[in-house]
Amino acid sequence: MSDKKKKKLTPIQKEYQLFAKEREPQRPLLANCLRAFLFGGLICTVGQVFTYLYMAFFDFTEKTAGDPTVATMIFISVLLTGLGVYDHLAQWAGAGTAVPVTGFANAVASAAIEHRSEGFVLGVAANMFKLAGSVIVFGTFAAFVIALIRVTITKMGG
Amino acid sequence: MLQGHQSWVFQTEPIITSTSTIVGPFEGKGPLAKDFDTIHEDTWIGQDSWEKAEKRLLEEALEKAIEKGGLEKDDIQFFFGGDLMSQLISSNFAARTLAVPFLGIFGACSTSMEGLALAGMLVDSGNAQTVLCASSSHNSAAEKQFRYPTEYGGQKPPTAQWTVTGAGAAIVQSSPNASVSTGLKISSATIGRIVDMGLSDPFNLGGAMAPAAVDTIEAHFRDLNCSFEDYDLIVTGDLGRVGYKIAYDLFHKHGWDIPEDTFRDCGMMMYGDHQPEVLAGGSGAACSTTVTYGHIFNRMKKGELKKVLIAATGALFSPISYQQKESIPCICHAVAIESMQ
Repeated sequence: MSDKKKKKLTPIQKEYQLFAKEREPQRPLLANCLRAFLFGGLICTVGQVFTYLYMAFFDFTEKTAGDPTVATMIFISVLLTGLGVYDHLAQWAGAGTAVPVTGFANAVASAAIEHRSEGFVLGVAANMFKLAGSVIVFGTFAAFVIALIRVTITKMGG
Repeated sequence: MLQGHQSWVFQTEPIITSTSTIVGPFEGKGPLAKDFDTIHEDTWIGQDSWEKAEKRLLEEALEKAIEKGGLEKDDIQFFFGGDLMSQLISSNFAARTLAVPFLGIFGACSTSMEGLALAGMLVDSGNAQTVLCASSSHNSAAEKQFRYPTEYGGQKPPTAQWTVTGAGAAIVQSSPNASVSTGLKISSATIGRIVDMGLSDPFNLGGAMAPAAVDTIEAHFRDLNCSFEDYDLIVTGDLGRVGYKIAYDLFHKHGWDIPEDTFRDCGMMMYGDHQPEVLAGGSGAACSTTVTYGHIFNRMKKGELKKVLIAATGALFSPISYQQKESIPCICHAVAIESMQ
């Protein structure tokens, strides 16, 4: 909670919050980091295996194998989401399943599945990016700002 | 009759004619499974959406309570229903099926006792002879509305609770008119006030609701001039492990002596240690309803408990309110139930 908000609390509220805080279990930060590292690493290793497979058995180079690898990982993630497995993995792995592309795919697929009952237009299509939308908005905006900086620097330098 | 500031004492002794409890598969795997009337094998309850599934659970609870009471639908004079969904859709739609005079109530997870207190009051005042009250919640429907899609992989903190899939109903009748009887009567009720300690984390509702539970239970003791010793069991609605510990310590801090095993929590009773995914415990409008109407009433009927106080707690927030950084207002309503044997 921000300091600004804490100032508005009455002394009784402040006292209670300290009292309650002492009795609340904390998130196991170290264990969560370790699990995220291990599971996130595992997902990346699987991705790497697919990259090598695409290079070995198809006409892909190290540079072009990225696209089919990402597509495969997204497919697996969406499949596990549909089968109701991904959320259980995520409770254990935390950021390990959220950060890779599989987490993004899960965010899109889970919202789409959830709102299927409201129809394809108002349900699936309208809600698909309800969670992932903010990633796209800020991702695109960040890319725009970076591009602007790059252009400015190149123009000044050249 | 009003006693003290916020309690009603029911002198005509309204009787609980019958109760019903319907739960989902996950609750059916818990330690209280044998106390429920119906355990569904599938969370969809044969419907094509979570919202319809919850409505169906509630409809089944209503049908079952009426059937167990040896009554007909038309014998029900008033129906108090509540749930967690926006605009109370589960209750409104179940009431459409039932087609009896209906009042929708919202007290989040405290709805069960809000309904039972109102039903008791209506019967005690002579404004009705037969009143039905019920509440429901569905894990997936609640997750969809309040948090994230059910299949979304977000890690929950250890303070988070698990919304119970289920519904429970009770029929309250005036003693001369009771068709059958569970042998239980409603002796008093205490209506809670909102307590807001400035907490705003929707993944820690137990911590937010604990002071409300303590406030209402202490108000009950004050109004009725009683204490923990006067009850065989006092249960809070759904504080879970985190909120329960806080409430327990708050009582000690306020100088109350709690005899062993007289203070419990429905959220902790609902699930077993073999169900770690519930994290801090159960919650939802169906939690206190099904645990009370199933497990606790069964223990009372067996004579293990004579006098209990059910203090159902509710966190009155909405998805919009917490996104706007509002704190969570909490409430607790308590109803005292006595065995007549």
